[in-house]
Amino acid sequence: MKDKIANLLKQYDNDRSRLIDILLDIQEIYHQVPDEAVGILADQLDLSKVDVEQTISFYHFLTQTPIGEYAIYLNDSPGAYMYGRAEVAKAFEEEVGISFNSVTQDGLIGLWDTADIGMNDQDPAAIINGIVFTELDPAKVKKIIGEIKDGKKVEDIAENVADVIYTKGILRTMVKNHIHLNNPIPYDDQEVGSVLKQALDLTPEQIVSEIKESNLRGRGGAGFPTGLKWEFCRKSGGDEVYLICNADEGEPGTFKERVILTELPKMLFEGMAIAGYALDARQGIIYLRYEYRYLLAYLEDVLQEMRDQNLLGKNIAGKTGFDFDIRIQLGAGSYVCGEESGLIESMEGKRGEPRNRPPFPVESGYLNKPTVVNNVETLCRVVPIIQNGADWFKSIGTKESAGTKFLSISGDCNAPGVYQVEWGMTIKEMLKMVGATDVQAVKVGGPSGTCIDPTQFGRSIAFEDLATGGSMIIIGNKRDLLKDFILPFTNFFIEESCGSCAPCRSLTVILRDKLTRIIDGNGTQSDIAELYDWARLGQTANRCGLGQTAANPIITSIENFRNLYEDLVKTDEDYLSAFNMEQAVAESCEVVGRVPNIKSH
Amino acid sequence: MSKPVLATTSLAGCFGCHMSLLDIDERILELIELVEFNKSPIDDIKTFTKQCDIGLIEGGCCNSENIEVLKDFRKHCKILVSVGECAIMGGLPALRNGLSVKECIEEAYLNGPTVGLNTEKILPNDDELPMILDRVYPCHEIVKIDYYLPGCPPTADLIWNALVALVTGDELKLPYEVVKFD
Repeated sequence: MKDKIANLLKQYDNDRSRLIDILLDIQEIYHQVPDEAVGILADQLDLSKVDVEQTISFYHFLTQTPIGEYAIYLNDSPGAYMYGRAEVAKAFEEEVGISFNSVTQDGLIGLWDTADIGMNDQDPAAIINGIVFTELDPAKVKKIIGEIKDGKKVEDIAENVADVIYTKGILRTMVKNHIHLNNPIPYDDQEVGSVLKQALDLTPEQIVSEIKESNLRGRGGAGFPTGLKWEFCRKSGGDEVYLICNADEGEPGTFKERVILTELPKMLFEGMAIAGYALDARQGIIYLRYEYRYLLAYLEDVLQEMRDQNLLGKNIAGKTGFDFDIRIQLGAGSYVCGEESGLIESMEGKRGEPRNRPPFPVESGYLNKPTVVNNVETLCRVVPIIQNGADWFKSIGTKESAGTKFLSISGDCNAPGVYQVEWGMTIKEMLKMVGATDVQAVKVGGPSGTCIDPTQFGRSIAFEDLATGGSMIIIGNKRDLLKDFILPFTNFFIEESCGSCAPCRSLTVILRDKLTRIIDGNGTQSDIAELYDWARLGQTANRCGLGQTAANPIITSIENFRNLYEDLVKTDEDYLSAFNMEQAVAESCEVVGRVPNIKSH
Repeated sequence: MSKPVLATTSLAGCFGCHMSLLDIDERILELIELVEFNKSPIDDIKTFTKQCDIGLIEGGCCNSENIEVLKDFRKHCKILVSVGECAIMGGLPALRNGLSVKECIEEAYLNGPTVGLNTEKILPNDDELPMILDRVYPCHEIVKIDYYLPGCPPTADLIWNALVALVTGDELKLPYEVVKFD
């Protein structure tokens, strides 16, 4: 093992900032990171064992115990249950003969729950050894497990039925794109690199000012003006500047980046090259969520193709001195790494704990150098803006939200998928577009966003009204909103909290317990009031976006669906205890061998 | 007008919060001018002899007796205050909440390094003994708690300020030093 790992480390120049890559490689070989490997890594990288262990324990797809030769990670987000996840999970358990979150005795198959994997339009979906299986049902499960037991390779088990429309045939995958553009993306026919060449005739300052002028705002959800971010970065100066493309969409219900990466990788890379030129950056890095690892080889091929065309690499497009290249960094399963400073920590091979800010990444980011982190969709938008000008871009959308937006729409509707819409579309129009009737609620922006009721369906999708990174989960009237959405979304944040801020680490658990009490019929009016007040605390008492929005499912559902909570409160009593003496003493009395004496209490 | 009546108790606590109460030093003379003590370790009254105005609870609930005492306090006190980390969150005793009761009892009476004298391997099971609960509960999960004084222990000044505020009806002063713990 020592030699094997030494070889591996050599590939990464013994660079400790590449620890995540190294651990992923080891995990793939051994289906775990063995204790011996931890020791060797600590030794070779001059880290303590605990440093290595805390990094492993932070990420869902890195483990110190075996996950099985065939590790099956089945999405367990609420969206998956809408499409029959419960039956599929049961089928897996029956076929394999173990329950979830365990491994068969022979170590062959492991079944694992996993947070949203970005397949909400084709759930239930699972990742098996990095390969995605979509639209599962009990019959397919039976077939898959049968073939695994026959010793078939995972890549031979997957059926490849992809509907990739722009990049014909290179990517073999079961994942469908379900793409509904509405407006054409002006990229289909034009020559790749032509806009980059157009950009290289401008000065970097001119590009930044064009992007500023266009009102392009970050498409990850927060909506920070992109041009301003670039300008701040340029002002920081420094000899080394990094451009990071955030492809870690972990918000349950979001999958538009997956589609962009599949359909428009060249547009993205071209946008990155333009951004690299504007920022004087020599390196761009894509932080690709581990769940999308199936895209890695495909994206590497596209990158190579662009290098071959001199659209990446040295003296790009004949512009002497403009060197820029892109590498892809895999994540390892962590929602909070979608937060830009958490992402940077993770890229440096550490736990993805968000940093204190300031300094912001534009001043001190990756390797403490000025760094711009932009969302996949944002960087794609750069291309048409340079091609057609800021005025053209501003003419689409609304005053504060220029351009179009990719939405990932899933849930109770006829045509889930990725839609490109103009900012300003109302929820009502959106529901009509996807064929959704009988709607109880729409979760705008995923769990961290807001949950609105039908009286608000006239509101519009725009930064000035309903801001969103693109996740739209439609919840029909027959669904149990609190039990099947608000509660599991709260659990999601508990699971994904990095644990750094106490209100995010602990308050979320307290809120979950209180919510559970109400759902179980043990709540009081004062519980609803306390739940709301306490949930609001988290908005100001945590340092990153995860903590600040972790209670949003609870807050917005109390604001907009208070009747659901009140229906569950069956008492006028001011206080109710869920404590049950008989249950509480049963175990201890049995252990010591006495008959519980409840009467006197 | 008669003085407000105060009761105190320590459940699954270490008496540290009571020690912190005594740390008000000479102000204890003022305190007995302000309030009358009823059931409390301070005056050693074992059972309530009348309805009280304020009950101070130290410690969470780890056994059936704690539950009984706490419910008795709720019955007899107009205002109930959780004093200190254990009453509020379970505190150190709640460290056992991640373990099974069986493991805890076996460690305490059979396997621990200091149980050598228990050669007959007896587990305490007399009917007179309180029964151990499945986990340590914070007080507010058992009865309604009106106020919480955080700290391990809450400082004497915090307890004093809170008591004076409750008795006089004045606003509670919470200077930074009094609630800063790290």
